[in-house]
Amino acid sequence: MDNAAFYMVLRRMRGPFLVLIGSYALGICVLMAIPGEHPDGETWRMNFVDALYFLTYTAPTIGFGEYPYEFNYAQRLGYMLAIYPPVIAWFYAIVTIVGLIQDPVFRRTVEAGRFKRQVRRLSEPFWIVCGYGDTGSLLVRSLTERGWEASVLDVDEQRINHLSTRDLRLFVPGWCADANRTENLRAAGLDHPRCAGVLAVTNDDHTNLQVAISVKLLHPRLRVICRAENRATADNMNSFGTDHVVDPFASFADRLALAITKPEMHRVYEWLSGMPNTPLFEPPRPPDGRWLICGYGRFGKAVCRRLDKIDVPYTVIERTPERTSAPEGTIHGKGTEAVTLREAGIQNAAGVLAGTDDDADNLSIVMTARDIRPDLYLAARENQMAQRPLFKAAELQMPVEPSYLIATRMLSLITAPLLPEFLRIARGYDRSWHAAVARRIREVSGGVVPEIWTITVGDDESPALMELRSEGQDIALQDLLTDPQDEEKRLNAVTLLLVRPEAVVPLPDPKVPLEPGDRLLCCGTPEARSQLRWTLFHRNTLRYLATGEQRPDGSIFRWLARGSK
Amino acid sequence: MNLEKVVFGFFILLALTLNFGFVYGEIDNPAHHASWELFAAIVVNLVATVLKFGERTQIGAILLAASLVADLQLIAAAILWGVALYGTGAGLTEMTMASIVSLAGGALVANIVSVTLLIIETVRIHR
Repeated sequence: MDNAAFYMVLRRMRGPFLVLIGSYALGICVLMAIPGEHPDGETWRMNFVDALYFLTYTAPTIGFGEYPYEFNYAQRLGYMLAIYPPVIAWFYAIVTIVGLIQDPVFRRTVEAGRFKRQVRRLSEPFWIVCGYGDTGSLLVRSLTERGWEASVLDVDEQRINHLSTRDLRLFVPGWCADANRTENLRAAGLDHPRCAGVLAVTNDDHTNLQVAISVKLLHPRLRVICRAENRATADNMNSFGTDHVVDPFASFADRLALAITKPEMHRVYEWLSGMPNTPLFEPPRPPDGRWLICGYGRFGKAVCRRLDKIDVPYTVIERTPERTSAPEGTIHGKGTEAVTLREAGIQNAAGVLAGTDDDADNLSIVMTARDIRPDLYLAARENQMAQRPLFKAAELQMPVEPSYLIATRMLSLITAPLLPEFLRIARGYDRSWHAAVARRIREVSGGVVPEIWTITVGDDESPALMELRSEGQDIALQDLLTDPQDEEKRLNAVTLLLVRPEAVVPLPDPKVPLEPGDRLLCCGTPEARSQLRWTLFHRNTLRYLATGEQRPDGSIFRWLARGSK
Repeated sequence: MNLEKVVFGFFILLALTLNFGFVYGEIDNPAHHASWELFAAIVVNLVATVLKFGERTQIGAILLAASLVADLQLIAAAILWGVALYGTGAGLTEMTMASIVSLAGGALVANIVSVTLLIIETVRIHR
């Protein structure tokens, strides 16, 4: 219950209230009992109103004199008895309430109540973000910028405080609580009808696993996207239907392999999974040859496994080869000294990957390697976002930012569920096809990473198209992608994928007519996206684009138009 | 036997009996209704209310509500009495007295509800 704090106050204040009532009752009795004399000798007693009034102004120690007449000594002696208890009772009450406010249990109860209230008030679809580290904060920022709301759970109080100081576009409620516990997930809005899903991105695999299980058991319809750094956890998550598991190390290894084998495809991949509205960069092509992998931990292992598959030779440099069961031929050492790098054969190597879990070591490795051979292809793992400026300054050919990798990947899964499908299919094509896609994306993107979104043809997302269809007018893809202001111009958007029950078509023909139930994966500028949305909702715009015919609109004009036919 | 239960029951019952004692008598006759009895009824009712604070059961909530109603009615009666005597100077007319006693009568009903609920709860637990 969320007014638990109110009940706590009531229960705690029971004692002080009883003492207050008792002391007032006693005071009133005493005040009324003792008789006094007028100056003319007549006796008088206080009535209820006098007594209550007298106590009211003396008890909180204001006190302004004797009332209604001057007291005699018997009254003064007796009244002291009446005045002290209420004063003490008030003091007791105030001390109790101050103590209650400082009580950590009470404060937590109040915070929980506030958080639940804020979550309940969320009126747009929202995601529950478990873990507000580097990844979590990137995700929350990007989600809010795309119009999603979010609620945040993290065990670290400081991070939650940090959340409230950021200037996000929307208000994001956050609570310092353990996502392992189902009731905390519930507080974060698991049962909320607007809850779209849960992003488990804590740095603890076990917590992420626990979150995934809880959500899938309680609300199978909700989407769960998890971060997992161990293979076993990832397999476990997949086993009970977690929608997506993002392993930053495996996904980097995958990208490295792609960059080596299919550089054109790698470029498309980077662009489509980047953070929208950041500059579109040209990843340099990694050279063929031997790689030096520094560090054989989870990251190093993931990369080596992938390199094995595509037959790229590599040499591992590891400080504790026995403990990590490194492959034969591993060079013993950290890789931060020139000696070790030389021993590993840097003179004949093509690239160096610094993959230890220490940022200072990684920077040191790439600097030393560059010192020996300035022309090397360098990649380094960046563990803490706080070190980003240093890694930027090092000008690596391929930075590895696990939190950034996870955030961008999750984001594209949220905004464009068809993207993984497209990337999977695209890998099967040849190089010239990849180059064509890359050229198309560069044309429409205007130099920045394009937005990716999905459209489902139907009454909800494209009512105008459905209406025209019911009038017998077929709408083709190229009609949608024309600029209504200038018929010669095309919108800055490209359809990457068309999904139908019977077919999945990458880069569909613009002349193909759309059918209800079709799903489209588009990429382009934000302006093109909003223009396309407008077209899909406005019958006359769409009719004009499809047929060149301009028709009056509004019920009366429509009726007149029908009459004149 | 639980001392807390005894105190709780004691105050709730006492609130009812005091209230009844005040209301008992001819409705418009000031001689039949003592002011100190009203005072005692108010104090005991307030104590009973505070004792019910923080009960989060359904029956606890209704008990508290009944008590708050009784407080409200009794305090209204006391204010009316005070205003009639000292505020307007009209004194205790038959009309005023009848109003005071009927207000207290309303509180009596609330107190009866309280006691009934208490008995129901006790019986339910014992079964």
